[in-house]
Amino acid sequence: MPDTGLFPIGSRALTYQVDCPFDLDHQRRFWAMAEEVSQWDGVCEAVPGMTNLTLRFAQVPADLDDLDARLCALWDSGRQKDLTGKVLEIDIVYGGAGGPHLGEVAELTGLTIDDVIKRHAAPAYTVFAVGSHAGYCYLGGLDPMLETPRRKIPLQSLPGGSLSVAGLQTGVSASAGPSGWNTIGSAEVQFFDVMRDPAALLVPGDQIQFNPAEVIA
Amino acid sequence: MIEVLSLPPLATVQDLGRPGHWAQGLGRAGAMDPLAHRIANWLLGNHETAATLEIPLTPARFSFAEDTVFAIAGAACGATLDGVPLARNWAGAAKEGQVLALGPMTEGARVYLALAGGIDVPEMLGSRSTQSREAFGGFDGRVLRPGDQLRACDGQTTSAKPLSCAMPALRGSDADAITLRVIPSAETDQFSAASLDAFWSQPYSVTPQSNRQGCRLDGPALQRETEGELRSHGIAPGIIQVPGGGQPIIQLADAATMGGYPKIACVIEDDLWRIGQARPGDRFRFTAIDLSQAREIERNTQAELDRIRTGLQKARELQKGWS
Repeated sequence: MPDTGLFPIGSRALTYQVDCPFDLDHQRRFWAMAEEVSQWDGVCEAVPGMTNLTLRFAQVPADLDDLDARLCALWDSGRQKDLTGKVLEIDIVYGGAGGPHLGEVAELTGLTIDDVIKRHAAPAYTVFAVGSHAGYCYLGGLDPMLETPRRKIPLQSLPGGSLSVAGLQTGVSASAGPSGWNTIGSAEVQFFDVMRDPAALLVPGDQIQFNPAEVIA
Repeated sequence: MIEVLSLPPLATVQDLGRPGHWAQGLGRAGAMDPLAHRIANWLLGNHETAATLEIPLTPARFSFAEDTVFAIAGAACGATLDGVPLARNWAGAAKEGQVLALGPMTEGARVYLALAGGIDVPEMLGSRSTQSREAFGGFDGRVLRPGDQLRACDGQTTSAKPLSCAMPALRGSDADAITLRVIPSAETDQFSAASLDAFWSQPYSVTPQSNRQGCRLDGPALQRETEGELRSHGIAPGIIQVPGGGQPIIQLADAATMGGYPKIACVIEDDLWRIGQARPGDRFRFTAIDLSQAREIERNTQAELDRIRTGLQKARELQKGWS
C-alpha cells in the first residue's frame, strides 16, 4: 500500500496518493477530486493516476501543508464521480513476436499460457486513467493471479499496439516507445489521433473488452 | 529561408512546449534547453515562444536561400558563416547563398537556431513543438533531413547588425561536475542508507543512451529496501526514477506523463536546461533543497531571465540608434 500524502515529482508538480485499496470504488473518488482540484487557484492541471492524483502548477507551490490539508479534506468527503462510457472491443494476438514476454508471465505466475490468456481476456476492464503517452489507457480489474513485477531494465522501444501487464495493471500501447512492462500480445487500434477532437479515443470510465483472436505460443 | 545541407538525424523544431494536455496523456515536449532557446529568440527580438531548431548533434551545414536574419545560441560548436567565426550566442544577417557551418561541440550539447520572426511551422494543440512519439507538430512531426527548408514567419527583417551575449554558467564552482538541485520525492526514504549516501555524495555520469526522453545515468547502484510495485502516477520532466537495475534515469521533455518506478528525487524546473546541455561522460552532482528554496530559486531565475531579455532589448534599440 502506498503512504498517504502529497509528494513533489518536480518543482511545479505534486502527486497526492492514499493508502487505499486499488479498485473502482476508490478510483471514482480520485475522478471526483481531479474535477474539483483542477478548478483551484494556481493549479494548471489535475490528472487522475491509478488511485492517486497529480497536480501541475504554473509556479512552485507556496504552502504544501495547506494543500495537503485541503486534499485530505476532499478525500475524506468520500465524494465519487460515477463515469460510465462506451465499451471498446479489441482483437488481440497473444504471444508471438508482438507478445515476447507471454511465456515469462506464465512462468512468473505459475499458470499455463492458456490460463494466462483466459484470465486476461475474461473481464471488461475499466479505463481508470489516461496517460504515459498520448491516448494510452490504464486499466483496472486485472486478475490478481496475473500480477508480475516491472522489468528490471526498461525496453528502449516497443511498437504501438503492444498489450502489456505489470503489477495489477494492464493496457495496450498507443504508439511506439520505451516500456518497463511485460508484453504478452498485440492489437491494431488508433487510441490517439491529433486530427480528431478529442484526440484521445477513450476517457476514464470507458471500458475495454479483449477478444483473443489468435494465440502464438 | 534556410536549407539543410547536412545534419545528423536528431534535430527537431521546438518551442517552450505543449503543456495542458496531460489528461490525454500528451507530454509537454519543447526545448531541452529553454534558456538557450529563449536567448536565440531574444537576440532577434522574437517572442520567447517562437519556434527554433534544436540541434543535439553536429557537424551540420545550412545554406541561406535568401537574405535571412538568424541567431544561434547554446553549445559552443565553432560556428562559421562562410568561414568567418561567429560568437557562441550570436544574431546577425546572412546573404543569399552564404553557408552556416556548425562544427563539433566543445562545451554543451545542444545548439538552437532561430530565424527572425520565428520558424514557420503550424501551431498544433497550442504549440509548434515536435511531439516525437506521436509524430506531429514541429516540421511534419519528424527530425530534419538534408534538403529540408525552414521558412521564417511573415514580418521578418532582412538586415540586422551582429549582436552577441553571454550565457549563465553551466557549471558552478565545481568544475568536475554539473550541480543539479533536487527535491526529495515519495520513495526517497525507502532507499538504503548506503544508496542515499552515494546519491548525495557521488557523481553520476551521463551515458550515451540519453536522449530527449530521458537521461540515463551511471554511478553507484541505488537499492530500494521496500518491496512492491508502485501504482502508476503522474511524472514530470526532472523526476529521477530508479528501475530495479539500480541506475537512475532523469525523465525529460519527451518523457511519459505517467510511470511507476520508484522516485529518489526530482530536479527543479530551473535546472533542467543544464541537463539539456550535458554531454555523454559529463557528471552530475545532486544537492537536496526543499520547495521553499525552489521557490526562491524560481524567483531569482525569473529575475535573471528578465535581466537578459531587457539587456538584449536595450542593445537592439541602441543599434537602431546608430544606424
